[in-house]
Amino acid sequence: MNDINTETRDWEATNRSVTLKLAFWTFAWVATLALATFGPKFLWDARSLLTLIAVLVNVGAGIGMIIAMIGHLKSLDELMRQIQLEALALALGAALIAGMAWSTMADLAILPFKAEVAHVIFFTVAVYALGLYAGHRRYR
Amino acid sequence: MKNRLKVLRAERDWTQADLALRLDVSRQTINAIEKGKFDPSLPLAFKAARLFDLAIEDIFDDEAEE
Repeated sequence: MNDINTETRDWEATNRSVTLKLAFWTFAWVATLALATFGPKFLWDARSLLTLIAVLVNVGAGIGMIIAMIGHLKSLDELMRQIQLEALALALGAALIAGMAWSTMADLAILPFKAEVAHVIFFTVAVYALGLYAGHRRYR
Repeated sequence: MKNRLKVLRAERDWTQADLALRLDVSRQTINAIEKGKFDPSLPLAFKAARLFDLAIEDIFDDEAEE
């Protein structure tokens, strides 16, 4: 181990740092989304300027999250990137199909409850997580 | 694709983690390549060839050619 070229880097340490950055921006996006959603009702009495600012901050955090995700993908090695891209493709495709099916069922009023965007988001995240799990298992 | 990474690594008494560090990839990637579950990119194959001071075809064997 001592003769390792100094140009080599600890892949896992680098990846951990980029993943932490992504986690930070994801948390910031969720927190600012909660602020923009519940702030008008519980914090500032639905004043439109504060709500607009909260939404803009949320969009800014969302952009930060996207940039962090791109950085995260770039930091991965080729196998990890392939696993991520396959999981993302699966989640995107599943969200598109499920979202349209959900919308059709909502239009025809055949859902036993009110259709919410949150349902599709939850479904997409679940499919993404499953895709990651399956990818890691396949190449184990 | 078959390869001799495991043998070359063993000759140098390197663990998968040691080789991963030298090739700047994850240990899981080394494991997947050694097991033939994942084919490395050309840049990674060249990097491995440089590391072992061998030609690419001395490490990786394209079974389709046989």
